[in-house]
Amino acid sequence: MDIGTLRGLGTALVLIAFVGLVLWAFSGKRKSGFDEAALLPFADDRNSKNQE
Amino acid sequence: MSTATTQQTAYNYKVVRQFAIMTVIWGIVGMAVGVLIAAQLVWPELNLGLPWTSFGRLRPLHTNAVIFAFGGCALFATSYYTVQRTCQARLFGGPLAAFTFWGWQLVILLAAITLPLGITTSKEYAELEWPIDILITVVWVAYAIVFFGTVAKRQTSHIYVGNWFFGGFILTVAILHLVNNAELPVTALKSYSAYAGATDAMIQWWYGHNAVGFFLTAGFLGMMYYFVPKQAGRPVYSYRLSIVHFWALIAVYIWAGPHHLHYTALPDWAQSLGMVMSLILLAPSWGGMINGMMTLSGAWHKLRSDPILRFLVVSLAFYGMSTFEGPMMAIKTVNALSHYTDWTIGHVHAGALGWVAMVSIGSLYHLIPKVFGREEMHSTGLINTHFWLATIGTVLYIASMWVNGITQGLMWRAVNEDGTLTYSFVEALEAGHIGFMVRMIGGAIFLTGMLVMAYNTWRTVSSATAAQVQAAGQPA
Repeated sequence: MDIGTLRGLGTALVLIAFVGLVLWAFSGKRKSGFDEAALLPFADDRNSKNQE
Repeated sequence: MSTATTQQTAYNYKVVRQFAIMTVIWGIVGMAVGVLIAAQLVWPELNLGLPWTSFGRLRPLHTNAVIFAFGGCALFATSYYTVQRTCQARLFGGPLAAFTFWGWQLVILLAAITLPLGITTSKEYAELEWPIDILITVVWVAYAIVFFGTVAKRQTSHIYVGNWFFGGFILTVAILHLVNNAELPVTALKSYSAYAGATDAMIQWWYGHNAVGFFLTAGFLGMMYYFVPKQAGRPVYSYRLSIVHFWALIAVYIWAGPHHLHYTALPDWAQSLGMVMSLILLAPSWGGMINGMMTLSGAWHKLRSDPILRFLVVSLAFYGMSTFEGPMMAIKTVNALSHYTDWTIGHVHAGALGWVAMVSIGSLYHLIPKVFGREEMHSTGLINTHFWLATIGTVLYIASMWVNGITQGLMWRAVNEDGTLTYSFVEALEAGHIGFMVRMIGGAIFLTGMLVMAYNTWRTVSSATAAQVQAAGQPA
């Protein structure tokens, strides 16, 4: 394969990977899971409230 | 999770305390050496005429001390703290964590002995000779086992994004270290690189720039993603953006190294690739910076009363500034002016003092009272004093190096009508004398701030009773 074609394919692959990543991260299905994950720094605070 | 697991999940804060204290101490040592070599550039007599105290030997001592001793200890302390709290699990591996502490201190000690003696591989930021390289590898593998083992036994379903950044940093630094330090030992203290010529240069700067990208960026972004939300009291602005930020940053950073080798023997296409990838890097860098900044939306008023938050937010501002400056300097035509001048030194310190040191300092002010069982630091006023010393010191440093760098670049490239150079090298050097002085003063002000921090830390730690320290590790 010509090196230029290979480089072109590489660029296309990276573009597809990036678009795929954005679609994956911003899909509505994952919103609740991410909202939960975003609260992990406060996991300890929640515990202390639970125990009170 | 539940009170039943309290005993098993008591956090390992001892190793966090040890690394946190050593961060402050190595910060002072490393920055003091920095001020000394800055003074040597103003007054060359401070070389003392001795080989061990000459600039050429103390400069790598300074860079190793601030990057690997100060920055390294800060990363160990905050990653061990964050991974335990966001995974709700005690550090994995029992005594391995203590091994990483003592092993890392031994690496630092050996660096402090060998570098002034002139024992060096001469590779920038990878100067340490092969026996120390092997010790670093062993300690780093232990670090990876402790960190990823803790992630594996987490009580939470998600792996928090901060841990992704810490994990990416640990893995990539292992690869960088192994590849760049492939060398042939000829004696116990001397080795030669496995690579030659332009290949060696390219591998060195692939390593060098990714030391910036992963050691000094990804790891500290892990810190940012935990301590900024925690100190602001609200979750990160966009968790989804943080995921795109992570993958985009690690995918692009790895290609940016060739911008260190513009207009050298490196093939032209590799230079252009490095330039383009450096420009693209602006996007993920700013994505992360904006994500951190916007976490404060609705809580900006907290900046008025909370100097810790101020440290964290200003560190992000410096991060945004230096990640804009970096891509600009990677453009070949700009680089033709800036390369080999003090502008580069100024750029590095915008990142090192403004971003890396300030985000570490802010995180430590949050972390130290927590791991010693105290409500807060001994004095909030002194944190504020430190904040202003750090900010003013950094600004003086950067501004003086901009002036010096551009002056040098313009003087070096100036030619007369007949094609001869307008200025000799010494004339350009003399033009930078005042800038060198201002830089030294800026550095000294920053160092003074670290001394204030040491006092504040000492008062905080000494006021903690043994029972409080003991109780700190129990999950609330």
